[in-house]
Amino acid sequence: MIFEAIAANRRLTVLLLVAFTGLLAGLGYLAGEIWRLGPWPLVAALVVAFFSSWSAYFYSDAIVLRVSGAQPASHDQYPELYNAVEGLCLAAMMPRPRLYVIEDSAPNAFATGRDPQHAAIAVTTGLLAKTDREELKGVVAHELSHIRRYDIRLMAIVAVLAGTVALLADWLQRSFFYGPRRSRERGNAPLALLGFAAALLAPLAALLMQLAISRRREFLADAGSAELTRNPGALASALEKLDADSDPLEVANKATAPLYIVNPLKEHGGWLNSLFSTHPPLPERVRRLRAL
Amino acid sequence: MAAQLIVLGALALLLLWAIYTYNRLVVLRNRIDNAWHQIAVQLRRRFDLIPNLEETVKGYASHERTTFEQVTKARAAAEAATNLGEQAAAQNMITAALRGLLAVAENYPELKANQNFLALQEELTATEDRIAYARQAYNDTVMMFNALMQMFPANIVASLGSFQRRDYFELEDRAAEQPVKVDF
Repeated sequence: MIFEAIAANRRLTVLLLVAFTGLLAGLGYLAGEIWRLGPWPLVAALVVAFFSSWSAYFYSDAIVLRVSGAQPASHDQYPELYNAVEGLCLAAMMPRPRLYVIEDSAPNAFATGRDPQHAAIAVTTGLLAKTDREELKGVVAHELSHIRRYDIRLMAIVAVLAGTVALLADWLQRSFFYGPRRSRERGNAPLALLGFAAALLAPLAALLMQLAISRRREFLADAGSAELTRNPGALASALEKLDADSDPLEVANKATAPLYIVNPLKEHGGWLNSLFSTHPPLPERVRRLRAL
Repeated sequence: MAAQLIVLGALALLLLWAIYTYNRLVVLRNRIDNAWHQIAVQLRRRFDLIPNLEETVKGYASHERTTFEQVTKARAAAEAATNLGEQAAAQNMITAALRGLLAVAENYPELKANQNFLALQEELTATEDRIAYARQAYNDTVMMFNALMQMFPANIVASLGSFQRRDYFELEDRAAEQPVKVDF
């Protein structure tokens, strides 16, 4: 089953990169037509698409870790974390990922990287302080199963690509409103309208993509965690603890939130929030774990 | 001519399937060996922790003679074990002996507060954990391997390639399957 999951993730990754390049090329083409700049915006868009795909593939883990303020964890300082991870890696028959710690009292964790050989797990100091050994193992096993299924590559790429799209669309909107007057007057009106619509819709598309990808994966990683630890109850109680904790995670933002094991932004209630939530409802996750 | 082609095609498909199944069995067999090696590494690690722990406990509770005798006996049994069954029995003895050592510590508050003892205790808990997980990986892989070997028609390839069924690594003592409880 895990092999199918890996193959599906590979296909989706390629599809995303293609769709992303297409989207940027479309935006570039529209910009060129609206402002009569010829093919240059299109060329620039393709260059940006290439470099952000390339950096998303190779450096997304470094970017995500840096943005989250994660520091490498030393074995001497965090023996229990190392022990938990090493034991579970034996069970999963995979190499031990690099370990990082985030100085924050909010208990949370995420995994990133591009494959099991280039992976990292980051946990907050709050997680280490507030969970017991079995709960910590449940959380770590959840992250290991994200790594094992290559979810990490897909999610890191989505985070970086969605960020790029949002940034570019923002820039396009700005230049539409505040751009040089002359070129707007000479511009083709229906085309300009189309460009405006695209600039508005692109970040929404990126967001929806991000949502679609992360929700189901959390259930699967929970199940994978139970498979490794043979102790679904521990993960369930850890999830409840993480959810009940009221501290928001300072270093998390909209782009990195889907990577975490529970939503670090602590937005609750309302149909709009539940429509746009990146994580499945926690009671449902706990219920499924307890039913195992 | 067409009939010959069909027969040839079918034979080619059959051959491809056989190669695939054979390779799959080989991969699983190697993973079993690797998993077994991991168990051995962790058991060795636990074994090497014993003298240290014994010394530390002796420093505070030298008169707990029966406990130390048990530890010595278990170590000797582990050294002498040759097959899987003996190995499992010896490991059960070691688990029991270690549990005895840690139980001794209950009665000596100074020992329980000793830094060296605490570090050893964490190390031991982690090692017990690793043994359990390595065993889980080993047994899971053995199950997949044995299942594939027994299934028709893969069993034909398995017997042609003379693959042998593997044994599970069982610890009969149900209590021994739990990592040693060391949270006092």
